[in-house]
Amino acid sequence: MNEMESILVVNNLQTSFGTEAGEVRAVDGVSFTVPKGKTIGIVGESGSGKSITSLSILRLLASNGKTKGGEVLFKGKDLLKLSEKAMREIRGNQISMIFQEPMTSLNPVYTVGQQISETIKIHKKLGNKEAMSQSVEMLKLVGIPSPEKRVKQYPHELSGGMRQRVMIAMALACDPEILIADEPTTALDVTIQAQILELIKDLQNRLGMSVIMITHDLGVVAETCDYVAVMYAGQVVEYSDVRTLFKNPKHPYTLGLLNSLPRHDVDQEKLIPIKGMVPSPHEMPVGCRFAPRCPVATELCHKKQPDLLSTGGDNSEQIRCWMYSEEWDGESEVTLYGEKRTVKG
Amino acid sequence: MAKKELLKVEGLKQYFPIKGGFLGRTVNHVKAVDDISFTIYEGETVSIVGESGCGKSTTGRAILRLEEPTDGSVVFQGTDITKIPKGEMRKFRKDLQIIFQDPYASINPRQTVASVLSEAMHIQNVLPPDQRRARIEQLLETVGLRPYQADRYPHEFSGGQRQRIGIARALSVDPKLIICDEAVSALDVSIQAQVLNLLEELQDEYGLTYLFISHDLGVVRHISDRIIVMYLGKIVEIADKNSLFENPQHPYTKALLSAIPVPDPDAVKSRIVLKGDVPSPIDPPQGCRFHTRCPFATDKCRTEEPVLRTSDIMKDTHEAACHYMEEISAGKMTPNY
Repeated sequence: MNEMESILVVNNLQTSFGTEAGEVRAVDGVSFTVPKGKTIGIVGESGSGKSITSLSILRLLASNGKTKGGEVLFKGKDLLKLSEKAMREIRGNQISMIFQEPMTSLNPVYTVGQQISETIKIHKKLGNKEAMSQSVEMLKLVGIPSPEKRVKQYPHELSGGMRQRVMIAMALACDPEILIADEPTTALDVTIQAQILELIKDLQNRLGMSVIMITHDLGVVAETCDYVAVMYAGQVVEYSDVRTLFKNPKHPYTLGLLNSLPRHDVDQEKLIPIKGMVPSPHEMPVGCRFAPRCPVATELCHKKQPDLLSTGGDNSEQIRCWMYSEEWDGESEVTLYGEKRTVKG
Repeated sequence: MAKKELLKVEGLKQYFPIKGGFLGRTVNHVKAVDDISFTIYEGETVSIVGESGCGKSTTGRAILRLEEPTDGSVVFQGTDITKIPKGEMRKFRKDLQIIFQDPYASINPRQTVASVLSEAMHIQNVLPPDQRRARIEQLLETVGLRPYQADRYPHEFSGGQRQRIGIARALSVDPKLIICDEAVSALDVSIQAQVLNLLEELQDEYGLTYLFISHDLGVVRHISDRIIVMYLGKIVEIADKNSLFENPQHPYTKALLSAIPVPDPDAVKSRIVLKGDVPSPIDPPQGCRFHTRCPFATDKCRTEEPVLRTSDIMKDTHEAACHYMEEISAGKMTPNY
């Protein structure tokens, strides 16, 4: 895992928003690595900071948002230190992004072809004609039938699934090395979601790009990702490969998510919800941010914030929980998929 | 177990007119729900599943006459509630309540929780006014909120808490049947599990019957006794939970089940990826409505509409609307992907 070439390294990223009620730290010390050609999932519930993390990487934050610290190393270059002009060379070219709402991310007054060829003209410095013919090629690549006709159509003439395909075509027009997909299938029906996920996977295999998949859906994670970072209240609480995350999850929050998920493939007696709710960003707990909802929290958890610890020999598994540290005494019992497990400190 | 019929829907149709042209005449109809029939028994949870535009929410709204159904009957405890005058319908709404999807849009932001709940009780004349306050506090405790929160406004609550207020409002008039229209879809999983557990506890405690409308098959598998699958305004399959998940017969149900991502990286996947999109309900396909996307479709499917029926290959309470389910199940048909 260590030998694998990484294309993007996010280190201790800190993003804050100025609000009327004071500063809100939406992302607080997030670190992860994107290996070349692989998919990393960022999973978390609303307000966990997963989308803000991706917007910070591309420097697309709203005007009241500011990245206060950390670094985003893309092939060794810190994106946070680049000039806006240099950043524009990378955005949409080497790193591109697709969003949740294909309806609102496309411009309704331009044809699909005009929108795809805009990217091509800017980054590849091609003329109108060539850009348009490449747009047709892109639409063909993402599986849109009769692309010659479709390039001349407006977004409202397409269905939701077709629009998301157009978004993908636009994002891939300049052969990016990283595709950030922010909840790309959340607004779509499952049968269409299956088509789009299949398409992203297929294109990744053909083009060899890396994907950052941001989602709240653990099913999508299991199916598309190689590595996963679980976020809670602005921090990464667990990072591991996808098999470990589902077979041997460690953080009590990850366990809680898996226990509260109703599944269509197996029968469950009872769901075990996580009690309480996500803390308000204005009143973050002083200790572990999950402590108020955690079934195994101790005094230590409420008092002091745990660091992101490496539990594997290398950095392949990381966890932000006192239960796995040397400070933890004795054994604790946790539940996963209805079975009890014992954790030794 | 003797089952008692609570609600019987028969031949329900809901067409929405499309106005057009110079005179604004009705030029066509959106056939949102097109001739569906089913029965709900007392104390059970029946779910309607399907993708957007299949008519599942319209069905729920038509049962309550939030939109007047075009045709068909809805018999609740022996009375056809589509035939009674509008004014009398209010009496029945005491027994038939609904919880909506969007907890932000379904509660008046200018009313306190107490006034939301007492309004419902006032309209249905549930309790004398002087006893309502105590009842409100008790209701809030029932749904997992604190009594002192009664005088707060909706914006002071989170999404999950607002959904609890919606549940409290439905419960306040002692209903028999609650229609849950995507009631947990907007919630995060950890909160969704809290609300699902609450709904189950309330059902045990008050003997409620639920009609659960959802697109999430995980939620549906967890909460339902029986499941109705809809596609483009029609019921394509209806079965008890185990039969539907273990022995689905309609090609659409099979494709739908196989399309859901499984939260297990080791799961064996044999995904049926459907071609294309759902056709328009304005001009639905002739014959079987699924034939444009079905890998098994033949000429018969293009012309002849299949009816819901049972067969030797499934339980007698399990019905599906497909001409070829026996042949497909026996492996005699070759799919054309």
